[in-house]
Amino acid sequence: MRTAVIKFPGTTCELDVVKALKVVGAQAEVVKFNSLDPDRYEAVVIPGGFSFGDYLRAGAIAANSEAMKGVREMANEGKLVLGICNGFQILVESGLLRGALLPNINLRFVTRWVRIRVRRKDTPFTGESKDVLFMPIAHAEGRYFLDDEEIASRLAVFQYVDERGEPSPQANPNGSLMNIAGITNEAGNVLGLMPHPERASFSSISPDGSRDGLEILRVFGK
Amino acid sequence: MMYRVELIILNKDGVRDPEGETLKRYVVDSTLPGKVAEVRVGKIVVVTMEASSREEAEKLTRELAEQRRLYNPIVHKLQVRAEKVEDGSD
Repeated sequence: MRTAVIKFPGTTCELDVVKALKVVGAQAEVVKFNSLDPDRYEAVVIPGGFSFGDYLRAGAIAANSEAMKGVREMANEGKLVLGICNGFQILVESGLLRGALLPNINLRFVTRWVRIRVRRKDTPFTGESKDVLFMPIAHAEGRYFLDDEEIASRLAVFQYVDERGEPSPQANPNGSLMNIAGITNEAGNVLGLMPHPERASFSSISPDGSRDGLEILRVFGK
Repeated sequence: MMYRVELIILNKDGVRDPEGETLKRYVVDSTLPGKVAEVRVGKIVVVTMEASSREEAEKLTRELAEQRRLYNPIVHKLQVRAEKVEDGSD
């Protein structure tokens, strides 16, 4: 799949994402935020980092950019849109995904490997995924919030879970509503998550040799 | 006329504010024990602008904040207050 990986000023994970996408056979390339031509691509990934220095709120300024108009166009056409970490923050700030990502409840930047349960397999990203994935998080603003728990439960694709696979309070790294780690839109073609699949795609840099990030990225190789 | 407009952005009442909670617990309560019910921490954006009246200055900045999402209506509430800058400078 021809996939654009958008780089805003302050985006840091674009090369890791391109490298991981190439593992699954995607035709991925980095596209600068002011030169995205939505018609050239079948899919788009918004990688992690600190777009525009996280000024105002993480993702808020990027959400106002021209590039996001192109991403919205792609989303409306049913193309695949994936936001990772800061990319997830940009997707909620731009309204492509419901809810908000607030500063972590302990007000700390949290960086560690977590387990997430895949709650929905009816999205293009998770159709062939394992039930529980092991991936790292690294963020200061990842506390998912929505004022309607019913909708949040329906849209939630990933939940932070403990070693028994339960979404316990101890497994919640940031105070997210219902341990939510990632959500989709109503149509299922837009996905955002706080964990970094691209950092869990190479056995050499994973604590146990797993490559669970590829479970989510595989769809871009089709 | 120049107006100084303050956009005050606070978490909504139902949304936890860990910064305010920490400030209350570790700083405020030890200084004013038993007196303070709640502390909230927010963000302020100050816009100094040309407008024909205070109402217009408040209206334009509120619209700016809503259209360009200077606050996030899902989690924040917004207060807008404007005052005239007498000598035209801040």
